Amino acid sequence: MNSKVADRIATGVFVTIAFIIVAILAALFSFILFRGVPQISWEFLTTPSSSVQAGGGIRDQLFNSFYILFITMLITVPLGVCGGIYMAEYAKPGKVTNFIRSCIEMLASLPSIVVGMFGLLVFVNTTGWGYTIIGGALALTIFNIPVMVRVSEDAIRSVPAEMKEASLALGITHWHTIKTVLIPSAFPGILTGSILASGRVFGEAAALLFTAGLSTPRLDYLDLNPFSETSPLNIFRPAETLAVHIWAVNTNGIMPDIREIANGSSAVLVLSVLIFNLLARWLGSVVHKKITASK
Amino acid sequence: MAATITIEPKMHKQPTAVDEKRETILQTEDLSIYYGDNQAVKHANLDIEKHAITALIGPSGCGKSTFLRSINRMNDLIPVSWNEGKIMYEGVDILSKNINTIALRKEIGMVFQKPNPFPKSVYNNITHALRFYGNRKKKQLDEIVEESLRKAALWDEIKDRLHDSALSLSGGQQQRLCIARTLAMEPNVLLLDEPSSALDPISNAKIEELILQLKEDYSIVIVTHNMQQASRISDKTAFFLNGSVIEYGETEKIFTNPDQEKTEDYISGRFG
Repeated sequence: MNSKVADRIATGVFVTIAFIIVAILAALFSFILFRGVPQISWEFLTTPSSSVQAGGGIRDQLFNSFYILFITMLITVPLGVCGGIYMAEYAKPGKVTNFIRSCIEMLASLPSIVVGMFGLLVFVNTTGWGYTIIGGALALTIFNIPVMVRVSEDAIRSVPAEMKEASLALGITHWHTIKTVLIPSAFPGILTGSILASGRVFGEAAALLFTAGLSTPRLDYLDLNPFSETSPLNIFRPAETLAVHIWAVNTNGIMPDIREIANGSSAVLVLSVLIFNLLARWLGSVVHKKITASK
Repeated sequence: MAATITIEPKMHKQPTAVDEKRETILQTEDLSIYYGDNQAVKHANLDIEKHAITALIGPSGCGKSTFLRSINRMNDLIPVSWNEGKIMYEGVDILSKNINTIALRKEIGMVFQKPNPFPKSVYNNITHALRFYGNRKKKQLDEIVEESLRKAALWDEIKDRLHDSALSLSGGQQQRLCIARTLAMEPNVLLLDEPSSALDPISNAKIEELILQLKEDYSIVIVTHNMQQASRISDKTAFFLNGSVIEYGETEKIFTNPDQEKTEDYISGRFG
């Protein structure tokens, strides 16, 4: 077999693999959307769920998903970026740094159900909060911090060393250089990491089962006082997210329209992730253009 | 500008032809720089003159860039580097531990081999460091931006593109922007590490012309691989070989009638 034939075979193999991946993705997507989209209606999105009767919606679950995502990212992104800065700029190569890195990698490979059990132990029982949004968000933070640290570290390391030298040679401090040169240059990478982490948060069920709970209290969306019991913004209330709702309806739902609800919820979940990604990327490119003055 | 302090002429361990009538701004005393166990610069004694251009020449790996980078402590960024000896600047040993490297680098600016503008607008490239030093008045910043770009002979070319990305400029313009950015800090000394080696001949000529003009106001130390460049623009030349200063003196003398055979060999292209 000559090298030209081998080259053709390699090309063929990779094109086939790419095709299979795209086909699986397209099939999955169209299946979910085909089954789910007909169930989506304004009513489905705006009525609270019902545990017995048919015709329940997913209003609260949808809100909870986005709210938990928001709270989680509010904690995860700053912590993760700071961790990344430490690993990329301050940690001296050696045993301690290697140990920290192993810990991060170990944390990244924890099964989410284990993180959920840990959350139950610490954020639910030890703190005495019960099932809460903040407990769920903290569990998800544990789950996502390793990815965030890793991605931020890589993004900061990939900024050319000349940029850092240029800034330091002008008589600027290390911290100011990090703040005004490294982080803006690493921004696209950090953003991609945040979007990946968000996707995981949005779709996560196991870690939330025992931390944010399987129920949502009756909510009054006009009540914006975050300390009020019925306010959707209260972080010390239990909150069932969309992913958890899909699981719960499928495993122990007793309403007659289980199929419809599960299908509709799945489609909403997939579409939400999609819309969220597109929005985040668009916003990110606007911000990036503004900092770099590029067109 | 900081006040200048005249330093008593010093005894030299090496045969260097220093014209002691001219004012010096920097003196290295028995300076050795190491990377781990490897000695990159060996017992260098150089007096850098004020308002003059000093060229450092020598083959790759001879220690000239290491020497240059030690003057504004950029070698501190390399964890394994350490040094012996002194670099005296205005009566202070700038290698001592308690030197504020931030303030030092503001006074001793540096321009690198590869143009390295920040991925920001032209305007923000220059104001980056000014803002850090607390200068936030728009009018004043505008003035400094114009003045620095004029000094770097770049204003006329890009005055309409101040808010475009610096990365959209040509390589030569980017390098002059990097010089302008350094000049905006009003340094006393300019360290240039092969500033035009990555550029085309026309940009190279512009940079050389610019360096000659800057001599009026700044003391310049330039590392170069280009022998013609060294002979065209510098007043003094130091020849480095394997970490040692082989010869240091008036550029004219080094290039026409060097004392050392090795210098002559290098200049006439017999090695390096």
